[in-house]
Amino acid sequence: MELTNIEILIKKYEDAQTSLQEEQVLKEYFTGKNVAPHLQEYTHIFIYLKQQKEVVYTRNINVTSSKKKNYRWLYVAATVVVLLSVFVGKNKYDDHQQRQEANRIFTEVTKSLKLLSTNLKKGENAIATLSTYESSVAKILK
Amino acid sequence: MKQADFLKVVLPFKDKVFRLAKRLLISKEEAEDATQELFFKLWKNKEKIVNYKNVEAFAITMTKNYCYDRLKSKQANNLTLTHSNYKEKETSLDKKIEYLDSVNLVHQLIESLPEQQKTIIQLRDVELYSFDEICEVVNMKPTAVRVALSRARKTIKVGLTKKHDYGVN
Repeated sequence: MELTNIEILIKKYEDAQTSLQEEQVLKEYFTGKNVAPHLQEYTHIFIYLKQQKEVVYTRNINVTSSKKKNYRWLYVAATVVVLLSVFVGKNKYDDHQQRQEANRIFTEVTKSLKLLSTNLKKGENAIATLSTYESSVAKILK
Repeated sequence: MKQADFLKVVLPFKDKVFRLAKRLLISKEEAEDATQELFFKLWKNKEKIVNYKNVEAFAITMTKNYCYDRLKSKQANNLTLTHSNYKEKETSLDKKIEYLDSVNLVHQLIESLPEQQKTIIQLRDVELYSFDEICEVVNMKPTAVRVALSRARKTIKVGLTKKHDYGVN
């Protein structure tokens, strides 16, 4: 490739008017051995660009066990746990409520029964007094 | 679509995705994470992929958008990662030091370009995309792409000449 030709191509390259084929020509020229001294700067650019093409992705592409997916399962598990605990908790709470209610009714019934029994006792005493009175009256009248 | 079919479709351009991500995100680890994430996204859209004529262009566009987003959020966090694991290969020993220096400089010059120019120069000069393909990926008119590419190439050239003439960056 003639030097003038390369110079023309370089000018076009800087104006971004070169085709891919022309850029290939430049690449070959500048990564080759015989570069004109006044065009030395360009060798660095083309060597660099060539090397960049060799950079490769070294990790494995892994689409099934990504971090995100694990998180999704975590969400599901957490939801299940929360629902379960709410359900169990509700049951326990209901039990507790029922027991309290029963206790309350029991104390109330006991209280009223006690009241009844005290009043009955009062009546009994009165009747006892009455019968004593009646028997003394009968004695006197005899 | 099974995983094997999917891999058959995506494997040919996995390195291109990674290289673009690395060009934009700079850090190798971040680029690897981004690549992994992108392939996962592609896998999730695997039913749609079948309908695309050009899966590669679609994937590259996704990569570009994803990386721009990452960069934006990084800027918001006031974080910039700048370490370049650059390795020199197959250069003759006598010029090695000089090359290492100048070739590294090209890397730095490209790194300092605006995102858009980085993307375009990566796609054109490394991946050898046609202008039509680049237009599709960056969503720009052909003339605008040419202008941006020309600007990027000139910036690199000027940076190198400066170094050559004055020995300064």
